[in-house]
Amino acid sequence: MKETVLSVGIDIGTSTTQLVFSKISLENMASMVSVPRIQIVDKEVVYRSDIHFTPLVSKVEIDARAVRTIVEQEYVKAGVTPDQVQTGAVIITGETARKQNAAEVLSMLSGLAGEFVVATAGPSLEGIIAGKGANAQQESKKRGATIANLDIGGGTTNIAVFNNGEVIDTACLDIGGRLIRFFDDTSTVAYCSDKMGRLTRSMGLNADAGTPLSMEAIEAIALRMTGILEEVIGVVPATEALATMVTDKDLKRDYAIDYITFSGGVADCITTNREGNDFQYNDLGRFLGRAIAKSRIFTEKQVLESAETIRATVVGAGSHTTDISGSTVTFNDDALPVQNVPILKLSEADEAKPLETWGRTIAEKVEWFRLKEEHQTPALAFKGFDDISFEGIQLLAGAIIQGMASVMNDKEPLIVVVECDLAKVLGQTLKAQLDFKKDVICIDTVKVENGDYIDIGQGLAGGKVVPVIVKTLLFGY
Amino acid sequence: MISEDKIKDIIAEVLGSMGAMGAGDQASTSQASPASEACEALCDLTAVDLKKELMVPEPCNREAYLKMKATTPARIGIWRAGPRPLTRSLLRFRADHAVAQDAVFSNVSDAFVESLGMFQITSCCKDKDHFLTRPDLGRKLDDGTIALLKEKCALSPKVQVYIADGLSSTAIETNAKDAYSSILQGLKGHGIETGTPFFLKYGRVPAMDVVSEVLTPEVTVLLIGERPGLATGESMSCYMAYKASTTMPEANRTVISNIHKGGTPAVEAGAHIADIIKTMLEQKASGLDLKL
Repeated sequence: MKETVLSVGIDIGTSTTQLVFSKISLENMASMVSVPRIQIVDKEVVYRSDIHFTPLVSKVEIDARAVRTIVEQEYVKAGVTPDQVQTGAVIITGETARKQNAAEVLSMLSGLAGEFVVATAGPSLEGIIAGKGANAQQESKKRGATIANLDIGGGTTNIAVFNNGEVIDTACLDIGGRLIRFFDDTSTVAYCSDKMGRLTRSMGLNADAGTPLSMEAIEAIALRMTGILEEVIGVVPATEALATMVTDKDLKRDYAIDYITFSGGVADCITTNREGNDFQYNDLGRFLGRAIAKSRIFTEKQVLESAETIRATVVGAGSHTTDISGSTVTFNDDALPVQNVPILKLSEADEAKPLETWGRTIAEKVEWFRLKEEHQTPALAFKGFDDISFEGIQLLAGAIIQGMASVMNDKEPLIVVVECDLAKVLGQTLKAQLDFKKDVICIDTVKVENGDYIDIGQGLAGGKVVPVIVKTLLFGY
Repeated sequence: MISEDKIKDIIAEVLGSMGAMGAGDQASTSQASPASEACEALCDLTAVDLKKELMVPEPCNREAYLKMKATTPARIGIWRAGPRPLTRSLLRFRADHAVAQDAVFSNVSDAFVESLGMFQITSCCKDKDHFLTRPDLGRKLDDGTIALLKEKCALSPKVQVYIADGLSSTAIETNAKDAYSSILQGLKGHGIETGTPFFLKYGRVPAMDVVSEVLTPEVTVLLIGERPGLATGESMSCYMAYKASTTMPEANRTVISNIHKGGTPAVEAGAHIADIIKTMLEQKASGLDLKL
């Protein structure tokens, strides 16, 4: 009864572009005499592309056409046609400036990445995806520990912290191996990012393009960058420079980190790949890697080997972004897939109130939401109840319809996402109360938060489950 | 007679002197805490959710342990007194056994059957003991009962749903109403009509074959109490068969078990069952012949 789904992961980073194909296996793990419980039982990367340099038209603009050519060639090499791909994720990562033409890149890739793929992510999601690809999430669950994964790429360091398999914190810093680049076989600066310029100036060093740097100066810069990483992890006290280098948000540092893992291109320069020409890549990568290896992160924390380094993000995108819903859900096949649906979630306090009040609570939240996003129809999310009567379900459905009344005339289906196992009966009840005149998508066993966006794909495993990608954009706010 | 206050004073004094003896036995104090917090006087042990109760006094990683416990009702992390279970664990074990016995030996009340709006019939068993010792009779209906069924029920409906106590009356009183309502709503949504529901006392599963032969529905659906275990006494099953008969093989039955709040919630199970019934009618098959 095993069913496999082919998933693609495409990572267009500051410096490299990669692609993987993964096979995700689904199986009904419940006994024959129970309600089915379809689970992802295996994820296997079946194809890893070469690591290409990301083609650029200018310093900040991606060459979308060239990216498409790379992806097309990799499809041919892997022997995969786009119609075989059922799910996956395209992720454009790195310095935010690069994302100026992200939309153009994505539209250029449309049709190549299967019917159901996610678009860009925010730095939080990038960090989470890399952490999953590096195996930090799974390891934190296995060890019952807190693990921080530092994905150090060319332009940014994305950090995700996992506790017992759950994401508890994320951060993104402008620390990366290619923020300063050199002319071929020299130590003369060819490019220096704005923030790195500020950091080096604060050290009394000039690293503007055209400046030759001494080995001592390069190592001092790498050491300072490493210092920022030590600060964010909390092994040394934070300085003002940390706040400068933070891209969107800092770690909270109000919990203990048990283990550290490293991924991203620079991770390869930490433990292995230390021999040979330091200027092999014409950048800071090797200097940074070496400085990290000698840092207090290694003496103060236990560093675990990660499953993937430079490929962590792309493997995470291909293998770990797709989840599946519970196995008893309600949906109209022709209403799927849906993409980028914003989540409107009830708080615990809202849910604790009697069902009779839910209609008003939901209506207020919808109204508030529409003030900011007048054209978007949100999906309603809440935890739900393990033990609810049939009358309770009727009340709940009534409250949802009452609360969502202002968006009921949108052409989008009514989407409800619950954590507890009750999506089938709730969906059937909603449909019945709406006289079967409105498409209803009601899924369960999916955990989302306010500020998330959700993609829901077409039914798998004989229409019992739907693939779900939860996109966390604003973690921790 | 010693007053209550006096007793409290004595206890406080003894506890105080134990504390003065040094950190000595931290384990025993933390063992006692969950019990004393949960209830002031004598509490219902079975009201404590075993999946959330960790008795290990100083676990290395409480969170990870609780996460593991959340996945199973098995008695893990219950600690011990020497090689023996704690008194609390032993009492809980016996209390759960008592719950199981109650579920078997109690009866579904007439008031409950009335609240369902159903009439009641009885198998060939005379009483509970008869029912438990003569499984064969729990599968049969006598002529009078058959005549009553024919008189009161719509004949040859698409779907005949009925409820039987089986081996857990508790399961029926807890889940049958919600599951039944949910099945009915689901079937209505699919445009499938149902026959006249009823309650069968002292009923075992194969009685559904007799019901099917008497009322000749296409699909017969039975909600019945499961033999209780130590994890729950509230688990209900749903047995379904397409054109069931007393001569059909057991393999023709489709069953959805483990319907209770710790398994599949009754309302959700009902919605799922309605979809299965629809598939049965489409494929004109059930049990192993049914492709779900």
